[in-house]
Amino acid sequence: MTRYIIRRLLWVGLVVVLIVFLAYVIFFLMPPVDPARAFAGKRPTPEVLETLREQFGLDRPFYVQFGLFVKRLVIGDEYGWPGFGFSYATRSPVREELFQRALVTIQLSLGAAVVWLLMGIPIGILSAIKRRTFVDRFAMGFALFGVSAPVFWLGLMFLYIFWQKLGIAAGTGYVPFGENPLTWLNHMIMPWVVLALLFAAFYARMVRGNLIETMGEDYIRTARAKGLSERRVIVRHGLRASLTPVVTMFGLDVGTLLGGAIITETVFNMPGLGTYVVRSVFQGDLPATLGVVVLGALAVSVMNLIVDIVYAYLDPRVRYA
Amino acid sequence: MSYVQAEGPVPEGRGPLLQVKNLSVHFDTPDGVVKAVDGVSFTVGRGDTLGVVGESGSGKSVTFLTVMGLIDRRYARVEGEVLFRGRDLLTMPDEELRHIRGDQIGMVFQDPMTSLHPMYKVGSQIVEAIRAHRDVSKKEGLEQAIELLGKVGIPRPDERARQYPHEYSGGMRQRAMIAMALALDPDLLIADEPTTALDVTVQAQILDLIDRLQQEFNAAVVLITHDLGVVAEHCDEINVMYAGKAAEYGTRDDVYYGAHHPYTWGLLQSISRIDRPRTERLRPIRGAPPSLIHVPPGCAFHPRCPYVMEVCKVEVPKLIAAKGKHASACHLLLEEKERIFKEEVAITS
Amino acid sequence: MPGSTASDPSAGRTPLVRLVGVKKHFPLTRGIIFQRKIGAVHAVDGIDLEVYPGETLGLVGETGCGKSTTARLIMKLYDVTDGQVFFEGRDITKLSRRRMRPLRREMQMIFQDPFASLNPRKTVGAIISDPFRIHKTVKKDRIKPEVQQLMELVGLNPEHYNRYPHEFSGGQRQRIGVARALALRPKLIVADEPVSALDVSIQAQILNLLEDLQEEFKLTYIFIAHDLSVVKHMSDRVAVMYLGKVVEIAPGDTLYQNPKHPYTGALLSAVPIPDPIAASKRKRIVLEGDVPSPIDPPSGCRFHPRCPKAQFPTCSEIDPELTPHHRGQLAACHFPLEDQAVIESSA
Repeated sequence: MTRYIIRRLLWVGLVVVLIVFLAYVIFFLMPPVDPARAFAGKRPTPEVLETLREQFGLDRPFYVQFGLFVKRLVIGDEYGWPGFGFSYATRSPVREELFQRALVTIQLSLGAAVVWLLMGIPIGILSAIKRRTFVDRFAMGFALFGVSAPVFWLGLMFLYIFWQKLGIAAGTGYVPFGENPLTWLNHMIMPWVVLALLFAAFYARMVRGNLIETMGEDYIRTARAKGLSERRVIVRHGLRASLTPVVTMFGLDVGTLLGGAIITETVFNMPGLGTYVVRSVFQGDLPATLGVVVLGALAVSVMNLIVDIVYAYLDPRVRYA
Repeated sequence: MSYVQAEGPVPEGRGPLLQVKNLSVHFDTPDGVVKAVDGVSFTVGRGDTLGVVGESGSGKSVTFLTVMGLIDRRYARVEGEVLFRGRDLLTMPDEELRHIRGDQIGMVFQDPMTSLHPMYKVGSQIVEAIRAHRDVSKKEGLEQAIELLGKVGIPRPDERARQYPHEYSGGMRQRAMIAMALALDPDLLIADEPTTALDVTVQAQILDLIDRLQQEFNAAVVLITHDLGVVAEHCDEINVMYAGKAAEYGTRDDVYYGAHHPYTWGLLQSISRIDRPRTERLRPIRGAPPSLIHVPPGCAFHPRCPYVMEVCKVEVPKLIAAKGKHASACHLLLEEKERIFKEEVAITS
Repeated sequence: MPGSTASDPSAGRTPLVRLVGVKKHFPLTRGIIFQRKIGAVHAVDGIDLEVYPGETLGLVGETGCGKSTTARLIMKLYDVTDGQVFFEGRDITKLSRRRMRPLRREMQMIFQDPFASLNPRKTVGAIISDPFRIHKTVKKDRIKPEVQQLMELVGLNPEHYNRYPHEFSGGQRQRIGVARALALRPKLIVADEPVSALDVSIQAQILNLLEDLQEEFKLTYIFIAHDLSVVKHMSDRVAVMYLGKVVEIAPGDTLYQNPKHPYTGALLSAVPIPDPIAASKRKRIVLEGDVPSPIDPPSGCRFHPRCPKAQFPTCSEIDPELTPHHRGQLAACHFPLEDQAVIESSA
């Protein structure tokens, strides 16, 4: 098992490096903005531009720049470890802002994850048990809505209804937990629900489908033949087998979200990685962008690995690595 | 024997163990009504071995799934009576039926790989069966499970109990299923195609095991199969089913050495026999088993029967006993049946 | 009576198919970055086999014996790990795909699962005429009549030309498979469990059909099944396989009356017979345990851990060769069974 994990971690490293490399290539092939010019301010002289380029190392060939980036990332630079460099746009180290924003995104993602699990899974189970009844049809109708409604529309609708019209919810923006837990919660609830709705719908459908299929398996028939109560059959035999694919999906979804829930953050004006990366790309702020890219790639790869390990734990058939 | 004994009403020598009377199971489907079982009656006495033989669509499995209460009554119309120790299982509330299922009637299914839960250890699946009906601790349950695994011939049962089904071979899995079905010392064991998915040497081992355990546990056994060879050595009485009905019923000797139904004759003549010279050509039954939605009128077998008469196309033959228990559902006269068997089918031994 | 019943089929004839020392190992790999080979599944581990024109050779054995792999090696659906494959006297072991193509017309296969082996999106007519299109043996306007003739030959209604597989029963689908195999009038047909998935009453229909076709078209069959009764009925000679090796070859009747290899004896004593008295007359040779894994086969004679007649150290150290006994029988055993080991009197 340890050999398996080591092998996978090596792959994680390789994948992250590869992704960063691709990001670099994109930036060099189609730079949105010349960073030196953006940094320099109004009407820079050619000498200033030249000096800046040299300072940022922009005059070196791109693979050298890439190599330096990776080195600084692993070893650290003058601003700390890991070395994310210096933002072209804000003229400050990337690292601090990156981590602050990461915190916001983590709160948003994990909170939404809890909400969508609490919503999606029970609905899916109920639908599967009461198949083809009104409950099922209503639940699946809701699921269809959740899957089809665009997140930005949902977010705006929620804001309109609950904040503008009804006045019961807080508006956009983010208040750190340390400052005021209640306000923090107030500002988080709507983004959580909006973000969760889409996933809850997916998960409800998936759980329903998996459970229905599992309940048709032979070992369910054996469980009933043993004289077990129907509840035990559904929970201990049915759910156990049908939830394992859900675990996989969950890990991947959370991993992706941790890289930045762009639309939700934008609608609710939250200072997370999503809004950060959008801004950085438009400003040509390569170090900042790369910072988010690294975090995002890392999040997905590591979650991938965790999910595989958890799956092997849940399903003993998979344990032969 | 330290496995747990059952308490409860045990009518010794009073009436048969299982009595099925005119059982019908019809499923409503978008294409029509599937008459999976259409008027089946038979009895199983204590300590009997009944073989139920039929091909796909004969209704043999559905009959016993209905006996066990494993058919979803929301989608099926079930009529008739299923008396187990005198009590009708069909009208019993599911709560009560649940206490009989697994405890007094055990069932073994065809494919042991898919019939055991892949994510739980084998030992704990057996323990679960025990604890569903008896008040024992997990530790005691595990001890009993290990003993049962040993009884069914699994070597090193204490180690094996802690393993998962995919770590077992096919034969061992089936042994484990049998151990689980017998865990509560049931009076009746139903084995639905228990050896069909297994190699022939393993098949022989499993069938011998069932015989041996039957003696030891003093249970009645119903062996459901499509293989007339399997039934020959292991069953006292045989029920041949076709298209949801019983075609013939009798003792072993009745069926193999004096069968009275053209379908049985057809089966006997179309099976390859290892002890016959290969120059003998097989005599297949022409046509194919019928759809259960559009069952042929009259005798369901008539389109394929070489001895068909006009009455067969119109009137459904009743299962009538000719001698003792030997009964067949066929319009041919007894003398005709005996003559045809002797002249055309007879097995020389 | 189809096929040759001569007890010594080799009498001066060239075999149609010949396998010499054929092995097929599927590698198992492991490693952190680079995969290295740590072992192999010895699916087929050194077999010699000859199949003569016009005969039916039965190949029988339990799970893991290698019979299906052998069939695919003969058809060159797999490449051999070692050994040689001859067809009509010609070494085809290392033949390129291009060179093999014309030969493929001479050898065809029928598969087990009539539900899975037919493309559900193609009509029956298309399925059966595929070989014509691939090998360009029949002109376009002649295809349909040819196909319909084939359909009649195998007992299908030629008017069902445009129907899809799901509209047919299992037995009929198997007939479609037979028609397809027969389309190019091959010399050899390898049937891999052709009736196992069918109801008993239908099996006999298909088996009779195969016999009739063999006689009419002078076909050679390699008939593979796990049901020893069916194999014996269909075959002139039967080869019994265990863990990748052939342990016994004999004409069917000889095999039943005088098995020489203890494994054959065990198989014969376990096969169900639909006749209680005949069944109980057999002597039971009971085997312990399950078939060992082909990844790590036992040393010496592979059967020795389960053999009731094994003697040490001979059986655990020396792998027996196939040695001839009388009546054209070959068995690989150091201590073969006596005559009539399973049945008490000849049938």
